[in-house]
Amino acid sequence: MRKTKRVLANVLFLIGCCMYLFPIYIVIVNAFKSRAEIYENILSLPSVFNFEYFFAAMKKMEFLNAFKNSSIVTFGSILLIIILASMTAWMLARTNGKISKTIFSVLVATMLIPFQTIMMPLMQEMGWIKDTFGIPMIDTLGGLIYMNIGFGASMAVFLYHGFITAIPISLEEAATIDGCSKWGVFWQIVFPMLKPTTVTVIILDVIWIWNDYLLPSLVITSKNLRTIPLSTFSFFGQFTIQWNLAMAGLTLTIIPVIIFYLCAQKYIIKGVAAGAVK
Amino acid sequence: MKARKKRDIGWYILFTVPLLFIFVTVVIIPFIVGLFYSFFDWDGLPLNPKVFVGFDNYIKLFSDTRFGSTAIQTTIFTLIAVVLINLLGLAFALLVTTRLRTRNIGRTMLFMPYLIGGLILGYIWKFIFGDAFGAIGEITGQSGVFFNWLLDSKFALLALIIVSTWQMAGYIMIIYITGIQAIPDEVIEAASADGAGFWQTLFKIKFPLLMPSFTICLFMTLSNCFKIFDVNLSLTGGGPNNATEMFAMNIYNEIFMLNNYGYGQAKALIFFIAVAVITLVQVSITKKREVSM
Repeated sequence: MRKTKRVLANVLFLIGCCMYLFPIYIVIVNAFKSRAEIYENILSLPSVFNFEYFFAAMKKMEFLNAFKNSSIVTFGSILLIIILASMTAWMLARTNGKISKTIFSVLVATMLIPFQTIMMPLMQEMGWIKDTFGIPMIDTLGGLIYMNIGFGASMAVFLYHGFITAIPISLEEAATIDGCSKWGVFWQIVFPMLKPTTVTVIILDVIWIWNDYLLPSLVITSKNLRTIPLSTFSFFGQFTIQWNLAMAGLTLTIIPVIIFYLCAQKYIIKGVAAGAVK
Repeated sequence: MKARKKRDIGWYILFTVPLLFIFVTVVIIPFIVGLFYSFFDWDGLPLNPKVFVGFDNYIKLFSDTRFGSTAIQTTIFTLIAVVLINLLGLAFALLVTTRLRTRNIGRTMLFMPYLIGGLILGYIWKFIFGDAFGAIGEITGQSGVFFNWLLDSKFALLALIIVSTWQMAGYIMIIYITGIQAIPDEVIEAASADGAGFWQTLFKIKFPLLMPSFTICLFMTLSNCFKIFDVNLSLTGGGPNNATEMFAMNIYNEIFMLNNYGYGQAKALIFFIAVAVITLVQVSITKKREVSM
């Protein structure tokens, strides 16, 4: 009796979870259907698994190119955020002066600023830099990476700072006495110890940068520099939406995320929890 | 000694200045420049003059009916969504911390929507609430429930609430799980030894000890819902008739669609103050109610 009850509870729970993901099912099954077939029965499986819409959608949104751009921006931004933020956080944590404290409080306080509050002046400033110094900040992946670093800085420094203050300083002092420079102490001794925080920062920033829409939409205007969220606009820009193509396009954008999730699940859940709790 | 101090300062600059330079140019300078813009009347075209209008932009806010209804809509949306997300997230967390054999796979599935970006999620649900609901209504004849929700102002707002809940509940679940797992087993065992039932344990033991998690989750959901933009843009686009236009989108439209750069910037600063006040007040209130072990 107890056993049947337990099996039943498990089955009910799983059915509930599957129902929760029903919208994803709808997108994927309809990606295989023709326009007419979609409206015949939205919920059914496709009569044939027709991949032609995927190829059409790939071409329309220039999927491979968008994937490449998204990868460059995500990888470049995160690499630089990790290097620069860990260095900064270490110095701020280990040099306990008024300046360090002020810098740290300013960084933390600015986390409250919504993006919409600074987006317009930011675009003006970047345009001005481009016109005055000839540095191409607008409509380049480099410019987008630069701005991502600025927006990711406070969170990353905050997380690293919390971790560093919790580890004892004695190891670093011993290395300094042995004649190691600060650069050497940081990269050979401190940075490897920061690995758990580095993983957290990577996970949080991948979720944010890969899915980010508003900032890239303001910075990028060239079609060939579009990231994945921007490229989905090719299906929704017009008045009538070709839903079967759009479904194929949405499926294409979801699949890499799901694969990434299933591969790095353990780290993602840990990272998200650690990032939120601090 | 002096030489060493000088060298230390050199290291300090080398380690911190690159990041701080980027941070200042991307966040601090635009924030300050934005303050100036909010006192001017300007249409965004470089050749056109910026006219100083003092506090006019801020005064204008009070008679702006579109901004007023946006404020009401955002408040309604935020309040309902925060409650729903936290209820659902907490329920999920309690479910996947039971002894169910399927709890791990369940957790994996429930968290998945959060990883798909808000823009894409909005498009997926746009199809469901729009075309799919319309088609289902025609086939089944249940057109009282199944019609294009996005064309009705009340149901479009409800749709926005549902999608945000769907997106965030799994995320909030993760934070509650961390909280629940931090409760020592002995405490729960002691309670059940004293004859406490399931509900008593839940309300008298677990919830008080979960107060820190409530603080975090309320903070996260409040600020995320209040600042919603991506889902808003892709799901309803603010429509029908601006009935689902939230703060962030109103600011975006004011600046980039209507080209009122100065006025839009004044809105953006009020938005910042609102976000800051709400989150700080909320954190200080819930912090007081936390109990320590």
